[in-house]
Amino acid sequence: MNIAMLVFIACSVMAIVGALALILAREPVHSALALVLVMISLAILYLLLGAAFIAAIQILVYAGAIMVLFVFVIMLLNAGEEVRTNVSRLAKWVGLPLGIFFLLEMAYSLFREYGGRAALAGGTAAPVPASTRDLSMKLFTEFVLPFELTSILILIAVLGALVLAKRES
Amino acid sequence: MVPISYYLILSAVLFGLGVVGFVFKRNIITIFMAIELMLNAVNLAFVAFSREFNQLDGLIFVFFVIVVAAAEAAVGLAIVMVIARNRKSLNVEDVNLMKF
Repeated sequence: MNIAMLVFIACSVMAIVGALALILAREPVHSALALVLVMISLAILYLLLGAAFIAAIQILVYAGAIMVLFVFVIMLLNAGEEVRTNVSRLAKWVGLPLGIFFLLEMAYSLFREYGGRAALAGGTAAPVPASTRDLSMKLFTEFVLPFELTSILILIAVLGALVLAKRES
Repeated sequence: MVPISYYLILSAVLFGLGVVGFVFKRNIITIFMAIELMLNAVNLAFVAFSREFNQLDGLIFVFFVIVVAAAEAAVGLAIVMVIARNRKSLNVEDVNLMKF
């Protein structure tokens, strides 16, 4: 059992516990903190996979910006404890079995395809870690049009959020 | 070296938990968080595949997914605020105008 495996097991346990806490928590703020736990453990897994830049923006954008937005809205709306209503019968009798079936099916098909495949597709040579330099070269040459389009998308999102949240007088 | 299948199964488990949260939670903000959890699970699969096949395209895609998630969170939370203002409630069962 090498160190990478230990880090992977620790982070995956942390992520799954966080996801379970997100579902089971009654207070929205607790759910938000559980989601931050999931995101930080995923960032460590990205580091383990050699994607340092993705790990950095995972922390900065997801755990930083997006979760702050969530916590901000929770506090702004004064979201309290979730009221326990009777779950609709359809969700209880169809939703849960379907969810479990979906999970099992995904695990089965992934494991059948990739199970026990320790070797890398590219041969025996260990892959070089994806450097930020290579990533940015690709982003600004091959993917420059989508990159520019995302700026328009963000602009539209900001305008849309402003228009939606504006109090009409 | 951790086999890729472990990452994919973790990704599948997280996605499944996201689906369960999406279906079962009643608070509209928590439902949003479940969606973010599913996006994160898919990102993990992208990064794992990118590592496995030694291709950078997966990482580029993760980058775009994160950007779209940020935009989605901004617009979605604005919609949540409007709903909370109009309905005086965050429970999705109170938003049932189009419910069959």
